[in-house]
Amino acid sequence: MMLAEKYLRDAMMPHMWCPGCGHGIILQAVIRAIDKAGLEHDKTVIVSGIGCSSRASGYMNFDTLHTTHGRALPFASGIKMANPDLNVIVLTGDGDALAIGGNHFIHACRRNIDITTVIFNNSIYGMTSGQYSPMTPVGQFATTSPYGNIDRNFDVCELAKSAGATYVARSTAYHAPSMPDLIVKAINNKGFSVVEAVGQCPTYYGRRNKLGSPVDMLNWQKEHAVNVAAAAHLTPEQLADKLIIGELHNSSAPEFTEKYDQLVARLQGRE
Amino acid sequence: MSPTVKLLQGNEACVEGALAAGVKFFAGYPITPSTEIAELLAERLPLVGGRFMQMEDEIASMAAVIGASLTGTKAMTATSGPGFSLKQENLGFAIFTEIPCVVVNVMRGGPSTGLPTSPAQGDVMQARWGTHGDHPVIAVYPASVPEAYELTIKAFNLSEKYRTPVIMLMDEVVGHMREKVELPDVPQIPIEERPRPTVSKENYLPYDNNQGDVPPLANFGDGYHFHVTGLTHDQTGFPTSAPAKAKVLYERLHRKIENNLDDILMWETKDMEDAEIGVLAYGSTARSAARAVSLAREQGIKAGLMRPITIWPFPEKLITQYASQLKSLVVAEMNLGQYVNEVERAAQGQVPIKRVLQANGELIRPDTILQAIMEVK
Amino acid sequence: MGRKFAVAINPKWCKKCGICAAFCPRQVFTHKAGHVPEITAEEKCIGCNQCEQRCPDFAVTVRGKNDESDS
Repeated sequence: MMLAEKYLRDAMMPHMWCPGCGHGIILQAVIRAIDKAGLEHDKTVIVSGIGCSSRASGYMNFDTLHTTHGRALPFASGIKMANPDLNVIVLTGDGDALAIGGNHFIHACRRNIDITTVIFNNSIYGMTSGQYSPMTPVGQFATTSPYGNIDRNFDVCELAKSAGATYVARSTAYHAPSMPDLIVKAINNKGFSVVEAVGQCPTYYGRRNKLGSPVDMLNWQKEHAVNVAAAAHLTPEQLADKLIIGELHNSSAPEFTEKYDQLVARLQGRE
Repeated sequence: MSPTVKLLQGNEACVEGALAAGVKFFAGYPITPSTEIAELLAERLPLVGGRFMQMEDEIASMAAVIGASLTGTKAMTATSGPGFSLKQENLGFAIFTEIPCVVVNVMRGGPSTGLPTSPAQGDVMQARWGTHGDHPVIAVYPASVPEAYELTIKAFNLSEKYRTPVIMLMDEVVGHMREKVELPDVPQIPIEERPRPTVSKENYLPYDNNQGDVPPLANFGDGYHFHVTGLTHDQTGFPTSAPAKAKVLYERLHRKIENNLDDILMWETKDMEDAEIGVLAYGSTARSAARAVSLAREQGIKAGLMRPITIWPFPEKLITQYASQLKSLVVAEMNLGQYVNEVERAAQGQVPIKRVLQANGELIRPDTILQAIMEVK
Repeated sequence: MGRKFAVAINPKWCKKCGICAAFCPRQVFTHKAGHVPEITAEEKCIGCNQCEQRCPDFAVTVRGKNDESDS
């Protein structure tokens, strides 16, 4: 990939992800989006939490912060608030963002702080070898759901929208060619943006649930994805096992750091 | 110009000290008895171009402070016992990644929700060992409102100079008590800034082993493209599990504190020159101890006060300096035995230790300490 | 005659999953399990770039021949 030279840390490659893992595909889409959006290299900060996906920050040749489990968003919020000129992108996983980090996630949405969050959703805790996450569908197997998962999963896009995020989109690793455009729109949104990127964990999720090879798992994504426009014509029953992809929500609301800037201007009599 | 003189709470003095030190970012969560620090900074920070964030919880507050500091901004948070517990993981992150910041813990009785509006000194060992793993720490401890002002400035200075979080423990009674504080227009204490890189961006190493024990820290957004991780890392900032590289990091982290004790340690002594009975106490307990020492002297007993101001790293020298001269050493603290064990270890049997321990939400009274002095005289 | 494309695989980064070969609409690659895919029919490449964009390892590069641009 030609952009690798510009945006990846050559010395850290090849990455640590398993063969056929969706994370590399999603990270490539993030890099294409950063390039396409024309973000200033020196003014862009990448923040991640803990887990397989959060290792992404270490491969990216930016100012990068690999934080504690679940806490990428509050670290990122501190960066953005202290220096609103920086473009802040958070790379996180389904467990990181929505279990241990769930509270931070809804509050970042509520605040509408100008951060773009890409959730690498592989439906499993990969780094710890395959426990179920808040995104593991009911009935699926994991090391901690050996009889099938009975713990209901989130629809993170609905959650983000309800909590106040102003841009929400979903894509899959199979849809890598169109994913960057969604991330570009997320980056350009002045507010809190969420892109759920559904990927595959062939090693811990795929194998235990007999989902086949990485290619089979990508084909599953292809077959189960329905574009948001097409989905509008389908019944809830028809959509039951589908992934609605595309731009799911795009609204405008006051952005947190801008509101604070206005407050400072007012208090200092500059307004 | 003459300084402004104000009647302030310890929590307010802490805010004045922080502003004098150049704080530009605060993130926090409401908790008694530290909330006034957040409230006052919410009011004051935007007036000086700083920024205040009320976060969703204590963990997020600590995280936001570290993030802000990485942009080159002086940042702090304030909390109390339960919140201090929640901050521990990210406090360890800041220690390990060497990100300057100040964490104030206005102590209350604990464990758990405990006694939210009563004084206690039960977090002393938590300040030392609260986060997991092997790490050094700096913690300072004021005994008065004017000292809360000064020590907040010094906490920022130590934090910047040594690229480490600095904890300020404050007793609830100091946080809420009002005393006269002189606020100079320009702080009397010189303000320190973190070491900044002098090499080219291409050659910058965030944990450079060849720049002394405190490597320079670049700002996020200045084009250095460096990596910060809570994983064990080498001088490049990238993770390593190589024992030889891990050893270099852990040892440097300890060395940067342990080799600078003369600069970091602060203590006060009173009437120690000819003392036969030493009384060691910190924070508000030291005020009762000072009174007890005066009362003992009035009765012809050669008592003296030893008051650690920097409580971590442990001021071994303060103990060893006087241990052989003393007949007995009284240690008073508002807990059932924390710091006294460190004192005992440092004294190495050279002087018998008398414990005055109390954990009931009340201050230790001077007469209680005086009684202990009488018992060992 | 359409544009010609050069396809390259970086064997140092490739983890041999075969995703590039599986989704290539023109069978440019030949993939044997456990091996780095071989580029056996580069002349058939239409430059759709799906192989590169779905490569989890940043290992595939497609360039237009006599053309400076990336995808």
